[in-house]
Amino acid sequence: MSLFKKKEKSKEDYYLASQWTLMGRKLKKHKLAQFSIAILIVLYLSAFFAEFLAPYGLEEFDGLYKNSGSTKIHVMHEGKFVGPFVYKLQKHVDKTNFKVTITEDTSEYYPIKFFVKGTEYKFLGLFPSDLHLFGLGEGSEGGTGAKIMLFGADGLGRDIFSRVLYGGRISLTIPFASAAISLFLGITIGAISGYFGGVLDMVIQRIIEVIGAVPQIPLWMALSAAIPPGISSVEMYFYMTLILSFIGWTGMARIVRGKFLSLKNEDYVMSARLSGVSTWNIIWKHLVPGFLSYLIVSVTLGIPGSIVGETSMSYLGLGIKTPATSWGVLLQEASNITDIAAYPHKLIPIIFVTVAVLAFNFLGDGLRDAADPYK
Amino acid sequence: MENNKKSIWEKVVDFYRKDLVQYIVKRLLMFIPTLFLISILAFFVIQLPETDYVDREIAKLQMEGEFIDQEQAAALRREYGLDLPIHERYIKWIKDIIWTPTDSEYYRIYGSHHNWKYSFAYGKDVWDVVDDRLGLTILVTALIMIFQYAVSLPIAIYASTHQYSVGDYISSFIGFIGAAVPNFILAFVIMYISYKWFGDANLGLDFSGFFPFLKSMIIPFLVIGTSGTCGIIRSVRAQMLDEVSRQYTLTARAKGVSERKIIMKYCFRAAMNPTVSGLGGVLSSLFSGSTVTAMVLMIDIQGPELLKALQTGDIYLAGAIVMVQAILVVIGILLSDIALAFLDPRIRYSGGNR
Repeated sequence: MSLFKKKEKSKEDYYLASQWTLMGRKLKKHKLAQFSIAILIVLYLSAFFAEFLAPYGLEEFDGLYKNSGSTKIHVMHEGKFVGPFVYKLQKHVDKTNFKVTITEDTSEYYPIKFFVKGTEYKFLGLFPSDLHLFGLGEGSEGGTGAKIMLFGADGLGRDIFSRVLYGGRISLTIPFASAAISLFLGITIGAISGYFGGVLDMVIQRIIEVIGAVPQIPLWMALSAAIPPGISSVEMYFYMTLILSFIGWTGMARIVRGKFLSLKNEDYVMSARLSGVSTWNIIWKHLVPGFLSYLIVSVTLGIPGSIVGETSMSYLGLGIKTPATSWGVLLQEASNITDIAAYPHKLIPIIFVTVAVLAFNFLGDGLRDAADPYK
Repeated sequence: MENNKKSIWEKVVDFYRKDLVQYIVKRLLMFIPTLFLISILAFFVIQLPETDYVDREIAKLQMEGEFIDQEQAAALRREYGLDLPIHERYIKWIKDIIWTPTDSEYYRIYGSHHNWKYSFAYGKDVWDVVDDRLGLTILVTALIMIFQYAVSLPIAIYASTHQYSVGDYISSFIGFIGAAVPNFILAFVIMYISYKWFGDANLGLDFSGFFPFLKSMIIPFLVIGTSGTCGIIRSVRAQMLDEVSRQYTLTARAKGVSERKIIMKYCFRAAMNPTVSGLGGVLSSLFSGSTVTAMVLMIDIQGPELLKALQTGDIYLAGAIVMVQAILVVIGILLSDIALAFLDPRIRYSGGNR
């Protein structure tokens, strides 16, 4: 009996569940999407807590570590187990041919400590702190101390691991912000086009067609020429977001228009209009919630494109510029074959870009399946 | 009465042609407003930077120690039409491109009726610069496109006729990764692998002969072509699977038509329609993907040229490149629509209102 009741209960549950609950349930069954969500959460959290997770500051450098590969982590010092530690690097100049070799100085060891005091920073620009998740602790700072660089160092001797975390802040949030703008623009313009129709609709559709026909990256590049030189990082961020959303809205507007054309003659819209609801409210309160799930799917599937766009523009020097850092800026270090061949560790930011792009793609696929009521 | 003498077949041919011609004419007419909007977009791009061309020239002249007073600057502005309101500037710009009169100074110097303005970075007429790379850009893009379809169609047919086989899984997996990983990142990785394994990064293009050229195209094929190839495989496979499960396939099979004929003559043909209509999109993503990739791989096509133009503030050149690429894509869409009308009678009858 109880089994029957339970079944009944779950059935009732199913019929009473909102559209979003149903979507959430279907999404839970999609293993790849779940995994992608986990990865994205890790990526975003690590970008959020970048200062804490990164052992070094954005601009901190050590000339000795220039172009060095990832720091070797040892556990045995002079045949004795002492836990994870690193050695200091030392420079050795050959007196006969002046060849510089950089080797590990094995006389002294520097254990890796957790929750150590290190470079001072202001968390989110508000809370001053000097706590880092890991590092070598006091005494290893300054110009000549030992360093721990998980992903090695760039051409100026800056820690790539720390810089990847800081870069993620820009590379992961610009696409998000631009997706939000595209969503707003797409709904507004698509709604106007679909709701009012006529000449306005014709013109908007042609504009969408043309913007859609222009190859994305060349257009983004050309638009980036409008970014005035010598502006602050915040303004740069703002401009990049605007440029990336310039194309994103068109696809959204097309979906919205299609939905509006099929929904605007429904009875509930008519009754809302007769009750004197304003057009703005009809659009946002009665029509948009009906297909918001589709829009969210297409937003998710649009984000990878913006990540690639931001990365490639910054890589070309048209987007984010130093001192601000994004993954694209980090890749500038790997811009020619001699660099890549000699220091393959400079390609590490690629892994992050690829993982983020793949995760958003898989998540988008999962969301699409979840939002499809026929599946 | 004459009409009655015609056989039914002749009537069908007449109708078919009339319909097709009507459709093509309609599409060509729609091409004109599209071109107009593209030119507005290109002009928008040109107008965006705050410092214009004359400011930059003046700064350059001052650096060289020349003194320019306000009057001269104003004269320069007048010469380039920068003192006019924006719509008049647009009209002047587009008029010069379409037809520069024979008595103009431009025609006397360059002997051309189409004034695309002057490229400061290259010290040449903008159109000359665009024209230099246009042939190669189209060649490389067309080759990659042919490569994409030549590789992806057989794979897609195989994957759809052997659904859930090992080959299907492998192609689906590679397809997904290839479609998701950005082109220029793939370029880095393949360049590195090529350098490590073959000791040669295979950069640039080799024009010393046909085979060296093909060899130097291997990496561009792989890098720029992959994402598109993967996309085509995915969509054609899905289409083919739809068609294979249709009832007409079952009927054909029941009547004893050979499997090969069912797949190639019926299912594949039906599955081709959405593929052909996606041609414009493929072309657009090829231009987009090849832009950054060409810089990584040092291929001298329009992408790197655009970057140089933007870095030096040569905005007329940048606008021209964006415009030319958009027009090429729109022509691609036009051709694919016409090809689709040939392939699919439903398009002709409904007048293209899909």
